[in-house]
Amino acid sequence: MSTVKSGLRYSAEHEWIDAGSPATIGISEVAADALGEIVYVDLPELGATVAVGSVIGEVESTKSVSELFSPVAGEVVEVNAAVVDDPALINSDPYGAAWLIRVAVSEEGPLLSAEQYAADNGAEL
Amino acid sequence: MSDPRRTALGAEHDALGATLTDFGGWEMPLRYGSELAEHRAVREAAGLFDLSHMGELRVTGADAAVFLNSALVGDLARVAVGRAKYSLICAEDGGIIDDLIVYRLGDAEFLVVPNAGNAGTVAAALAERADGFEVRVADETAETSLIAVQGPASAAILDGLLPEQDREAVAGLRYYAAAQLAVAGVPVLLARTGYTGEDGFELYVPNARAAELWRALLAAGGPQGLVPAGLAARDSLRLEAGMPLYGHELSLELTPFDAGLAPVVSFAKPERFVGRDALERRRDAPPGLTLVGLRGEGRRAGREGYAVHAAGSGVEAAAIGRITSGQPSPTLGAPIALAYLDPASAEPGTRVEVDLRGKREPFIVVPLPFYRRGG
Repeated sequence: MSTVKSGLRYSAEHEWIDAGSPATIGISEVAADALGEIVYVDLPELGATVAVGSVIGEVESTKSVSELFSPVAGEVVEVNAAVVDDPALINSDPYGAAWLIRVAVSEEGPLLSAEQYAADNGAEL
Repeated sequence: MSDPRRTALGAEHDALGATLTDFGGWEMPLRYGSELAEHRAVREAAGLFDLSHMGELRVTGADAAVFLNSALVGDLARVAVGRAKYSLICAEDGGIIDDLIVYRLGDAEFLVVPNAGNAGTVAAALAERADGFEVRVADETAETSLIAVQGPASAAILDGLLPEQDREAVAGLRYYAAAQLAVAGVPVLLARTGYTGEDGFELYVPNARAAELWRALLAAGGPQGLVPAGLAARDSLRLEAGMPLYGHELSLELTPFDAGLAPVVSFAKPERFVGRDALERRRDAPPGLTLVGLRGEGRRAGREGYAVHAAGSGVEAAAIGRITSGQPSPTLGAPIALAYLDPASAEPGTRVEVDLRGKREPFIVVPLPFYRRGG
């Protein structure tokens, strides 16, 4: 069973976001497990402006590909090069080393609590 | 839709913590842990697969050989007892109903193995085509399990489970040959066939003894690097080996010629097999599309259904073909795909572009297979 990390908020599209400023964004273990082993990740450029729900990249496994949707609007102020080099980090440490981007947030989209997201996806906290 | 059927090995998969998927009407293991590790194990040591979803149709009777020659495109009458042949069953218009492996078990006995999703259709087609022949077609799918051991360590793993008197026979078993003997004390039909591009064996066994055989193979193979492997690895392995999958590279809309399988069709045999007239007419017609291999120059993979364009063609230009299977290749470390392309662009070395969700990525036409063992 996939784990949902408490203390984070989640989008229905399986991104997580922390309470930091700038906010750190990644994808949940629910999404990572569903994809299987991730072999490629594409992220937005440093300095890119993102909108709520806009496509900001994609993650690809041997079996499928999934687009990444921004849970917030704002400017990308940091991109995790380590996860681009080693996309398997998303499977091994989705809430830690495999963070994707940091965003200076100007507007939030609809977000779920960890409890709500876990319940919606049959996952455990 | 009814619930997917479980194989006789369902409890083994549960105990191994498999992620399950519905495939061809069956609940099958997709992966046990890491599909990449399973793929690599088959390339480097061995993998153990449950393939019990495949169909098993036993054809017996005095007319068995001549009947199969009338029902299938290949010349099965010329297959020696103890050997197997890859064949196709076609419709009257030459479209492919399924691809099959046919084992000749005796002068008047064959085992036909269709794909899971097509087993019922093939059984019905054979029953219909059996009219007027002295032959019996028995669908043994429900009571038969199929376990595959694939990879370079396969022969050594099996060797340890054989009685002394059978060891030499199995060591000398040729590719696409089969023998009836006991493995780990369980009577099986042991065939040196597979769908991974590696050396390997497929073991047909009655359901009642399947779990026992599975556990014996797992225990004997473990020290030699054998791991249970799911359908995810099976698909990436067959794609690297350039092998077609029904529903992707093969379909009712395609003939054996479209799929590059002309050698599988026998016009030399006398029988007026189903589809012969249509295929004789299509035989010398210029092909509409050609099945080719593509290798990506970037890191993004082309997937089934994606359009292929000529290199440098504008956004308005019509596609020159379409991908039927594609994913990142674990062995090659690059995206690979099978695609049907305009014959003018099918020459190896031709540069093309794949439309990856709105962005063109460079691919190059390469000879098949993508991966060849020992090469």
